[in-house]
Amino acid sequence: MIEVVDLYKSFKNHEVLRGVNLKVEEGQTLALIGGSGKGKSVLLKLIIGLTKPDRGKILINKQDISKLRGKLLKQLKERCGIVFQGGALFDSLTVFDNVAFPLREKTRMKDSQIQDTVLAELTRVGLSGAENKYPAEISGGMKKRVALARCLVMKPEIVLFDEPTTGLDPLIGKAIHKLIRDCQKSLNFTAIMVTHEIPAIFSLVDRVAMLYNGKIIASGTPAEIETSQDPVIHQFVHGELEGPISIQ
Amino acid sequence: MNWILTPFKIIGNFVHTFIRELGRMACFLATSFFWVVFPPYLLRRIVKQINFIGVKTTLVIVLTGSFTGMVLALQTYYALVKFGAETSLGPVVALSLIRELGPVISALMVTGRAGSALTAEIGIMRISEQIDALDAMALNPYKYLIIPNLLAGIISLPLLNAIFVVVGVWGGYAVGVGLTGVSSGTYFGGIRDFVSEKDILEGLYKSLSFGMLITWISCYKGYFTGYGAEGVSKATTQAVVLSSVTILIWDYFMTSILLT
Ligand SMILES: Nc1ncnc2c1ncn2[C@@H]1O[C@H](COP(=O)(O)OP(=O)(O)O)[C@@H](O)[C@H]1O
Ligand SMILES: [Mg+2]
Repeated sequence: MIEVVDLYKSFKNHEVLRGVNLKVEEGQTLALIGGSGKGKSVLLKLIIGLTKPDRGKILINKQDISKLRGKLLKQLKERCGIVFQGGALFDSLTVFDNVAFPLREKTRMKDSQIQDTVLAELTRVGLSGAENKYPAEISGGMKKRVALARCLVMKPEIVLFDEPTTGLDPLIGKAIHKLIRDCQKSLNFTAIMVTHEIPAIFSLVDRVAMLYNGKIIASGTPAEIETSQDPVIHQFVHGELEGPISIQ
Repeated sequence: MNWILTPFKIIGNFVHTFIRELGRMACFLATSFFWVVFPPYLLRRIVKQINFIGVKTTLVIVLTGSFTGMVLALQTYYALVKFGAETSLGPVVALSLIRELGPVISALMVTGRAGSALTAEIGIMRISEQIDALDAMALNPYKYLIIPNLLAGIISLPLLNAIFVVVGVWGGYAVGVGLTGVSSGTYFGGIRDFVSEKDILEGLYKSLSFGMLITWISCYKGYFTGYGAEGVSKATTQAVVLSSVTILIWDYFMTSILLT
């Protein structure tokens, strides 16, 4: 379970998050929507403990990640996974080595076992045959799938996806959505997915939350968000140019 | 009133930034050395970085070393001939190389070839979130990226320095004995008589500290790079300039301390 309570974060004098409250129940998937550059990625990084908040609490299974140090923080991080916006693949390593990296560094698996696990994971994301390529040699969609495989190979309990389908063609986007859905069913992780795929995402997630002006202005079931009468949400979800959100 | 205060503001800002930067760099180094003691030790990565910083710079070092030795012999010979002291060509060339030129020039070469590449690599890892990815896997980025480079620098520089000096002495020999009139026995005999262990140690201390300085500055600049391609390019330039300047300044202090 992920719970964010009254979270503040600013960079220099630019206040990005101003009191975020968010709750994701065990085993559920939440879609986080909101304008570009409004702090969605920052929120994910805070949740997984990559940066510290100025104020507020981030509870993961009732433990406040912003207060944990040393071994406890490490253990908590090991149970979480994140798929970064750009994939964040290690570009000095091949696709195979990228996926094998966490297994080699974090587990005591034998080489043959690692080989099997990685190949199985790559097959699952539809990338068997690409294992000896370097990240620079593969397409954006393949990179995202490798990143997904590298994250899921550790069987995390909590997974954060940062725009897993942005910049991909609709078919690959759909394939990745299905992949995430299938993995979610088999691994049963709790997930937050930052996405712009509205309304496609509504049929795939349990809840939707919208970040606006540094706050979560609404959080509900996909149906509630889609039919919301709130002018801001209505404008964003239906992609209208006229409305309270000004587009610079 | 404002125009009176402006210069003070600028100076104050500069001093403030400078001190803060120094403090951050010190913390960076201290953190790195703190984590050195704890496992995992990642020997493979250290060897890989020794290959990158050391082995791959060898050719440059051999080239610059031999030509430095050659030109040094040529210049020194014409100066010494005026005093009729050309028999001391060997020790003069060897001592300049061992105490000064070897450590400094090899360090500058490593800065240009490996330091810049380190900053760029780590900087790109930062802006493409690869460092965050390491962190998110609960792996310590210092362990994987910084410490192997620091150790590789400290190990490689003295060895590169040694190669530089040896090649330089032979370069000096080629010019001194081959082109000018110094005999082979005089050249090496002089070196044996006048070069002491203390001189060699001075060169060793210098190159050890340069090895740390270069990798420290390069890793720091890459690790805290600014945004985008522009941030990385700025960081790389800064790393090279700062390393080179620091090498020369530090060299002066080391010399003045070690000579007393
Ligand atoms: N490390 C940082 N330093 C300074 N500003 C940052 C940093 N990370 C993010 N920001 C700023 O925070 C804002 C939100 O960024 P981000 O979370 O990436 O947006 P998005 O919602 O598109 O994912 C942006 O204006 C960005 O400039
Ligand atoms: Mg983002």
